[in-house]
Amino acid sequence: MNTQTISDISQAEQGTSLWKDAWLRLRKNHLAVFGLVLLVTFIIIALLTPWIAPYSYQAQDLELGASPPSAAHWLGTDIFGRDLMTQIMYGGRISLAVGFVATTVALLIGVTWGAIAGYVGGRTDAVMMRMVDILYALPFMIFIVLLTVVFGRNMLLLFLAIGAVEWLTMARIMRGQVQSLRQMEFVEAAISLGLSPATLIRRHLVPNALGPIIVYTTLTIPSVMLLEAFLSFLGLGVQPPQTSWGLLISYGAETMEEYPWLLIFPGVALTLTLFSLNFLGDGLRDALDVRGAKD
Amino acid sequence: MALLDVQNLAVSFVTRNGTNMAVDGISFSVELGKITAIIGESGSGKSVACYSLLGLVPMPPGRIDGGRALFEGRDLLQLEESELRKIRGRDIAMIFQDPMTCLNPYMTIGKQLMEPLLYHHRVTTEQARARALELLDEVGIRDPESTIDNYPHQFSGGMRQRVMIAMALINEPKLLIADEPTTALDVTIQAQILKLVAGLQLKRDIGVIFISHDLAVVADIADTIVVMKQGAIVESGNRERIFRNAQHPYTQKLLAAIPTDSKQPRPDAVQPLIQVRNLCTWFDQGRHREPVKAVNDVSFDINRGEVLGLVGESGSGKSTIGRSILRLVPVTSGEVSFDGTDLTTLEGRELKAMRRRMQMIFQDPFASLNPRMTVYDALAEPLLLHRIENRKTVARGVLKLMDDVGLARAFVRKYPHEFSGGQRQRIAIGRALATRPEFIVADEPVSALDVTIQAQILDLMQQLGREYGLTMLFVSHDLAVVRHLADRILVLYKGEVVEQGSGDDLFQRPQQAYTRQLLQSIPGRSLLA
Repeated sequence: MNTQTISDISQAEQGTSLWKDAWLRLRKNHLAVFGLVLLVTFIIIALLTPWIAPYSYQAQDLELGASPPSAAHWLGTDIFGRDLMTQIMYGGRISLAVGFVATTVALLIGVTWGAIAGYVGGRTDAVMMRMVDILYALPFMIFIVLLTVVFGRNMLLLFLAIGAVEWLTMARIMRGQVQSLRQMEFVEAAISLGLSPATLIRRHLVPNALGPIIVYTTLTIPSVMLLEAFLSFLGLGVQPPQTSWGLLISYGAETMEEYPWLLIFPGVALTLTLFSLNFLGDGLRDALDVRGAKD
Repeated sequence: MALLDVQNLAVSFVTRNGTNMAVDGISFSVELGKITAIIGESGSGKSVACYSLLGLVPMPPGRIDGGRALFEGRDLLQLEESELRKIRGRDIAMIFQDPMTCLNPYMTIGKQLMEPLLYHHRVTTEQARARALELLDEVGIRDPESTIDNYPHQFSGGMRQRVMIAMALINEPKLLIADEPTTALDVTIQAQILKLVAGLQLKRDIGVIFISHDLAVVADIADTIVVMKQGAIVESGNRERIFRNAQHPYTQKLLAAIPTDSKQPRPDAVQPLIQVRNLCTWFDQGRHREPVKAVNDVSFDINRGEVLGLVGESGSGKSTIGRSILRLVPVTSGEVSFDGTDLTTLEGRELKAMRRRMQMIFQDPFASLNPRMTVYDALAEPLLLHRIENRKTVARGVLKLMDDVGLARAFVRKYPHEFSGGQRQRIAIGRALATRPEFIVADEPVSALDVTIQAQILDLMQQLGREYGLTMLFVSHDLAVVRHLADRILVLYKGEVVEQGSGDDLFQRPQQAYTRQLLQSIPGRSLLA
């Protein structure tokens, strides 16, 4: 490299950021890439469902009733003669939306809360984290039942309720990260440059704390989706005529002995999604591990 | 016959980026009752060479490509792992740089000392305990009877290193390999440990391999010195010859990198820029415990254009003073004025304006740069924050800084992990200079660097100090470096100023006992003076 004298920075060679480095390592992990591909496929299908679903969501054929997989209905039909594949595709929209939206809510609240508590420290930290502890101690089920009793059953509430529970762990992880980063000399350097706390947190602390947060996020989405499935199974979550994988599994379980496909296919859809998220999460944990980055 | 005779040892590492020759056909020997020092910078292969003898280099990726290592007539490189294990710890023992990570924190040191005895030899618990006590006494642990049942964290760094040495000696090895055993310690403690190693080696008539990056450290104790660079031996010979008559340019460079001169104070520096009065910085330990008085009633001035050296061992409060001036730690009481303005009460915009005028250079260049920001981002941040450049001109400002600190402009979009330690320190210096400060606190800026890199960075700091007209507080535990760089020196002990004066005053006419003790601890005084 004899470009000692370049006059414009665009001539300089682009370095390898830690993100890029992590991506290069993630790419070598076949299981994680498989998870990522599967997940993206599911998301694309979910987005395109209204256009690509084989039948309309309302279409039913009461004459047909529950029928096993066939050429007309690849995954069979339910007791009302509705196409199961269509049901699963529409259910996936709700399940994935709950998973991603609730996790995003949790991520935003948790990261902000944890970063502030960890950065400010002292009494502020103590008060903020005690609030987290108190929320942790609330029995989740009672919380949800109370919410549905007071506000009625609706989707938005479900997102909020799940997000409101999942952000607690996120806040704790973020706080721990920020506390240890705060001791680093580059943070002191940023303080002595005169950066405002908000800029400092945004530019220096959050990007460096994101590794574990991203990993935890990919592992939170499946737990949120399971939670939704569980609540729907109990009748507290998604309500007909809307559907979700949890609801489909719940119906399938009722008629498991006569019509097993009604349980198996929604179960497979949920399981595959959870698997791919977990594989991806594992892969990300290995790829983002800074100790591994040094060799 | 030599105790250990290494011939043409070659070790390489096979990585995804190709094969890397770590040790390239080196030969050396160790005699009973002699100390062989292996000197080299990080990456020179000095540790790999010794670890591979004991089968401690993980294979793969490591690979021994050839050579012989005769230990009492047996080739260590050809031995089975089970035979090697018997030799390791019994005939050849090792001590490491960081004693804390080598001791089990959940076991008392007594138990850890007795374990190998009970394992290798048939002795009763009482006999083993008696032997352990004897050894602790031998390595200079005061009152071993009452400390033998303590846990590692209850010892200081120096004491832990003594315990490690006792553990290494317990099976009466014939060869002791010491890998940078004093690098993590204070100068005064380092001097004690060096004396201990040399004494034990004489008394027990064993061979010692002493691995270090610093020629000065081994100047007083080594019999033979082996200088390594990039996996090969560039020069070896007895101590006097290496120090008096080094042949190889690299050895000469290493010797030249040890500062021996004393800077003459500037006569024109009389106007104080910074006045510190009765500064106290205490750290609370909770309600029921005495606060730690890191800095206690310290007063001094720093004159405009002057370099003030601050020396002391760890825990003397020297770093805390620098951080207190810069308002990086809260000050308990006292006054710090900068150009007539009291810094301790500033807030908000006024503080930010003041921060522009004073900056800091940190010790660890691996921790002082944000790993997610390119050099460009790191240098542009202060320029934009303090409106020294606008969005259009910032690129030019960044490139100018790169030129000033001697970094190739082509690296401007690289990330910190793509640079070496010395280069990173240059980036950190560039960032500190970006705000055009008048005052810089340099907190051990070269202690994490290799010796030859140290000299380069010190030169750069001196040159930039003149160009930018900087006033500097130079914090270091290394007296020789401070003497080379500072106009005046302040000696700190337990948070209080013990003595101050010019380099020559302190070195030739120390008034206080503590200063004299510090001076006597400087390694290699006899050969370097």
